[in-house]
Amino acid sequence: MNKLDPKVKIDIEEILKDLEHYHPRRKGWTWREKPEGGVYKVEKFEFKNMTLPLKNSVPLPAAKYFNNIDPQPEPVITTEIASGRFEDDIRRMRMAAWHGADHIMVIRTTGQSHIDGLLEGTPEGVGGVPITRKQIRASRKACDLIEDEVGRKINFHSYVSGVAGPEVAVLFAEEGINGAHQDPQYNVLYRNVNMYRSFTDAASAKKVMADAGIFQIDGAHNANATAKEGWSVMPELLVQHGLNCAFSVGVGMPKSQIGLSTVPPCAPPSPKLWYDLPYAVALRDIFSEFKFRAQQNTRYIEADIEEATRTHVIDTMISALTHADIQSTITPDEGRNVPWHYNNIRGIETAKQTLVALDGIKELIKIDRSGPLGEMVRDIKERAICLLEEMIEIGGYFAAVEKGFFVDSARYPERNGDGIARDSKGGVGAGSIVEREADYYAPVCSVFGHNHLPAGTKKPCDLIDGCTLCKPEKIAYIDEIDQTDNCNLRLEKTVEHRKGNSIKPEAEWAGDGTVLIQLFVPEEVEIAKVAALEMAKKMGLNDPEVINAQVMHPSEGTFVEVKGKVGFSIDRTTLKIPPKEEILGEDEIRAGVKKVGLTVVAGTVGEDEHSVGLREILDIKHGGIEKYGVKYHYLGTSVPISKIVDAAVETGADAILISTIISHNDVHRKNMKKLHELCLEKGIRDKVLCMCGGTQVTREIAKECGMDDGFGRGSKGIHVVNSLVKCLKAKGKI
Amino acid sequence: MDDVRIQKFEKRRAELAKMSDEQLKARFWELCDKMVEPMLDYGQRFTSMSIERSVLLRMGIDSVTSQGVVSKINEAGLLGKGAGHVVLKVSKKNNVDIREAAKLINNDITVLKSL
Repeated sequence: MNKLDPKVKIDIEEILKDLEHYHPRRKGWTWREKPEGGVYKVEKFEFKNMTLPLKNSVPLPAAKYFNNIDPQPEPVITTEIASGRFEDDIRRMRMAAWHGADHIMVIRTTGQSHIDGLLEGTPEGVGGVPITRKQIRASRKACDLIEDEVGRKINFHSYVSGVAGPEVAVLFAEEGINGAHQDPQYNVLYRNVNMYRSFTDAASAKKVMADAGIFQIDGAHNANATAKEGWSVMPELLVQHGLNCAFSVGVGMPKSQIGLSTVPPCAPPSPKLWYDLPYAVALRDIFSEFKFRAQQNTRYIEADIEEATRTHVIDTMISALTHADIQSTITPDEGRNVPWHYNNIRGIETAKQTLVALDGIKELIKIDRSGPLGEMVRDIKERAICLLEEMIEIGGYFAAVEKGFFVDSARYPERNGDGIARDSKGGVGAGSIVEREADYYAPVCSVFGHNHLPAGTKKPCDLIDGCTLCKPEKIAYIDEIDQTDNCNLRLEKTVEHRKGNSIKPEAEWAGDGTVLIQLFVPEEVEIAKVAALEMAKKMGLNDPEVINAQVMHPSEGTFVEVKGKVGFSIDRTTLKIPPKEEILGEDEIRAGVKKVGLTVVAGTVGEDEHSVGLREILDIKHGGIEKYGVKYHYLGTSVPISKIVDAAVETGADAILISTIISHNDVHRKNMKKLHELCLEKGIRDKVLCMCGGTQVTREIAKECGMDDGFGRGSKGIHVVNSLVKCLKAKGKI
Repeated sequence: MDDVRIQKFEKRRAELAKMSDEQLKARFWELCDKMVEPMLDYGQRFTSMSIERSVLLRMGIDSVTSQGVVSKINEAGLLGKGAGHVVLKVSKKNNVDIREAAKLINNDITVLKSL
């Protein structure tokens, strides 16, 4: 498989073929490219901060009103995809790339950070994917194809943490992983890895990452996800970022390769901006030489997708007001289930839509440091420095961790005593580091620390005739270890849904059958939840589960969302797909219009003042039917049916075009029927074509109501004139 | 104790108040750099099973074999010499290639005895 066809699904089996010989075609991170001169001009717009557009993409829904432009913001956009089955994630990666993601982050399966060594094969994961050589290779190979399809490089990312950090770093360097989390503090605080082991391993891992160009992201943001009051730990966050940065630079990583993982720590109903903006500004002041990965907040997300999205818009606005090199997205359903396919897309669209809307915001709005903001920024910095000074005073980092200095929910220097304290002699891997002896050496590249190579050695790996980093063909590839838990077995089970005629809805995995139903139940919340569950059962859903219930009023009713699974699938061969309307060539249309001297009368009928839609169908300026030579008499809005029929008789029109937007009480149907009947009465129905358009109109409804054709949402002049000419041809008039 | 801490904080803060933003930034980095010195020192002077396995991976030995080999080398008290160093020595001594040497160690720890 050399190339993807947008009309054909990606072939997972094909990707898995010949993996043992696959090697990444590049290493290192890629940023988005700015157009020449910096300004992106498209249609009537000039964007200040957009990058080169994609070759293939799905634009924002409103793009159809803007000639389908799809501007791509400056920051790389991240989406996290890890359903537990990488073979299904690959399809989601492709969808995400089409919507504008170019940083795909794969979360590891639960517990992988405590596994002392590498995993191999493709076992199924829980809450993430077991990161293995085969899984990375297959995913990276798929990303190669996807990036060619969309026309922009994709950065593939995972985690170098836990007790196998150095090995994972080598694996990532060998397999062309572009970005990774690496922060020894994360291991110590959240994974209880012994602190000496964590930093010793991290130095080696970082050296490998630095040489392979792997972009590094730290783990500091976990403090505001963990601390009881995330917004109080801001001084400590500066310290955590600072230590990982200084440590990484000390190992030899270039600053341009080091990213801060930062999250606006607050959310409404707090006055979010008063906490998040000074924090964002303070960070960007102190860390101006480093890169920023701005992450949307996950801390407060519960079951309501819309609430999450609204907070994420504000988070992204803070990125735009300050600066972000990478804008990471959170799937808005993260609070209620393992993210579903289309919620990754929603997260990406939230970032894209916000950043496009706020293009060039810094030319319009300036951050005012003269007022309270300046004071708050200064306060955060001073508290952070005082914390560092106190740490040094008591004996340094290791001593400070032992005393529970970190993730205490009070604002420094106050303490709530709920910080995470770790014993320097305890934790996973305690006592497992060994001092390098005078004759210690490692005959490979990218080694950090003392390496007493035999005298005369020019390049370390000369001793073994090249290491895997220099000679990728030396990499030892293991395909599968567990013959009962691997992707081949899983793929066999879903082949009918992926490649056969069985169509089943899915949220995460091929053929999972998961659906979501949304109901308003006019009962108080506890009754509504149980009632909704019963309704879902009656609808035939298996394993129904209420995943969201929002009180609309304590007694009047509740909005409930229920997920469940369907037990059936649809046979593709039984579907009757309505043929897509074939549009005649422009020359043929113009010739037909000219031959009969096509004239129409048009107006919005009933008590209806909508005029824009019909004017766009008619006017030459909007590519309306006038462009093709049609003469029209426009009668305006709220035109009585009788008046429009009279006008048709007077002008000898070939067709009557009515628009009806209002559909309350089926008034649109009534108007169509009335037009048909009145034309019959006047004896002109066989001489004049009757057509109707409107947001609630379809061809089927229009025909039921006696019309020759009907046009719904998104119809253009070309569709109407095409139908007019076709109808006239059918009547033998052309 | 906490009162003492808070007092110290106030004192420190009063000193910082005299500094410009640029000086604050420089002070922040000076302290961070100082703080990470011992951690970097650990990274320089020590090794671990994971670091040594990562060396063997780079020598073209698969992950499963590397696990066993590094455990055996650790058992033999030779981790401080470097697992890559040890494998290379076994390979030369027995006149076999690197992967074969790793297998030898895995199958029989006694090959490490007379190095």
